[in-house]
Amino acid sequence: MGTILHWISSNQQMIYIVILMIFLGVEVIGRVPSVLHTPLMSGANAVHGVVIIGAIIVMGKAESDNYLALILGFLAVVLGTVNVVGGFVVTDRMLEMFRNKKTKN
Amino acid sequence: MQLLAVIYIIAAVTFILGLKMLSHPATARKGNLIAAAGMAIAIIGTIFLYEHDGRNLHNYTWMFAAIIIGSAIGTLAAKKVKMTAMPEMVSLFNGMGGACAALISISEFQDIGIEAAPGLHINILPEGGQSRLLIILLGLIIGSVSFAGSIIAWGKLNSRIKDFAFKGQHLLNILLLIAILFVAAYLVFNINDGNFYLFYFVFAASLLYGILFVFPIGGADMPVVISLLNSFTGVAAACGGFLYDNKAMLTGGILVGSAGTLLTVLMCKAMNRSLTNVLIGSFGASAATTGTKKEHGAYKEISLSDAAMVMAYAHKVMIVPGYGLAVAQAQHACHDLEKLLAEKGVDVKYAIHPVAGRMPGHMNVLLAEADVSYDNLLEMEEANEEFSSTDVVLVLGANDVVNPAAKNDPASPIYGMPILEVELAKTCIVNKRSMKPGYAGIENDLFFRPKTSMLFGDAKKVLQDLIGEIKNM
Repeated sequence: MGTILHWISSNQQMIYIVILMIFLGVEVIGRVPSVLHTPLMSGANAVHGVVIIGAIIVMGKAESDNYLALILGFLAVVLGTVNVVGGFVVTDRMLEMFRNKKTKN
Repeated sequence: MQLLAVIYIIAAVTFILGLKMLSHPATARKGNLIAAAGMAIAIIGTIFLYEHDGRNLHNYTWMFAAIIIGSAIGTLAAKKVKMTAMPEMVSLFNGMGGACAALISISEFQDIGIEAAPGLHINILPEGGQSRLLIILLGLIIGSVSFAGSIIAWGKLNSRIKDFAFKGQHLLNILLLIAILFVAAYLVFNINDGNFYLFYFVFAASLLYGILFVFPIGGADMPVVISLLNSFTGVAAACGGFLYDNKAMLTGGILVGSAGTLLTVLMCKAMNRSLTNVLIGSFGASAATTGTKKEHGAYKEISLSDAAMVMAYAHKVMIVPGYGLAVAQAQHACHDLEKLLAEKGVDVKYAIHPVAGRMPGHMNVLLAEADVSYDNLLEMEEANEEFSSTDVVLVLGANDVVNPAAKNDPASPIYGMPILEVELAKTCIVNKRSMKPGYAGIENDLFFRPKTSMLFGDAKKVLQDLIGEIKNM
């Protein structure tokens, strides 16, 4: 119990962020038209690619002779980049089609 | 380091703004670009400004090689993918993110061991080690489930993996989940050099759970599952945020976790089902037994020239697109037919079911690609009001979304799902490749109704032939 309380008090800021983001996430996409479900899902998919920051840190702090860490980090960075880059590009491709038609109308 | 803090704040704001703008049609594209820009500065900032133990990061060669490889794969995959395969692509990318989170956890676990155990004793964790291990395990479990589940969802969507369920599967899943959580909790409190290998048990079991979790869910429900796994990966990313005290990761991760969960619920609502029903229901598996038993009368076919005639002389034609249209890449042919009929004075509209295709909004994206005007796309409620004044409904490769069983057969697995009530129209022409049941594996009574006539063939070919017939008239 003591450890849990200690953990909560030492991570206050983070916990506040978690709580606020939960409500914000609901608020932000609350009234999305069903037309945009797919692009929105794809965009959100790209945003959680932020996990790549962790991968970069893992990779960058590994000692140059620690091959296990290097390989794990390398793989993580590759996968994370695929997620981020692929995610944003695919979303843009979907939305590009929407925009073309909009300007024509 | 101070500059990096500013960069992370900017990144967090762009994620929020980006998602906000993504949920409005007019600003969506800009929103995506803003979020991408925020991500780019966050990545660059981390590479050059992040300090670990007072030192900058190193291994730049490896790092840039990885980023270049990842960007190349990501860009190529995203550019090359066909519009029909878009949902699979999102699932695959999501899996990559999950795998990334799991790998981070595995790597960080090595560090916990090293820091705590010069003499092979990791039973005494360093200060704050317990909560650190907890976060690592959480990231590992969620990331692995998300990765394995996404890969299965990807396989199911492109039909590489068939639906598969066995008796007691749900029970097995629950037991497995309990085992994972139990072992993880045990590790947090009792880790030592004799049992640290259990960490890899948690990893393997989580992968297995991800597979078993998605396996029994019917292919038609994959969009919901992908959206759910998407929010899982968000939470896994947020675990990274706790691990590195990184607020950008935390903001982005939780934001996606929460928005993704809401989106999942919205999608379920569009199908008039609850999330539990989707996850436990074993849609496809139970459908096989319920659908085929009923006796059906004969269906009637219509010739191309008759179909062309009926449409050309109609006042109002409603097109109901479905996955068949997407598979045949017939969106352009469809738009051509629409233009041709419009020239002849026919009022042509599209009736879009929210879950037509493999993902909500799939049809909108597809038709938008073919330059179909936004104003001609009717959402389900609008369309249902207009069917009674419609002369001809042309169903292009849609099946479950026009299945009357959803309204009048309580035994049907799709009972309760709102459908497009095409029966209200004077005639209904259904284009399908064959009489095989649709993706959910359910027989469709509509095809045997007196007002319905079938026009077999590949959607694109049929549409092109129809255009030819109408032009020759």
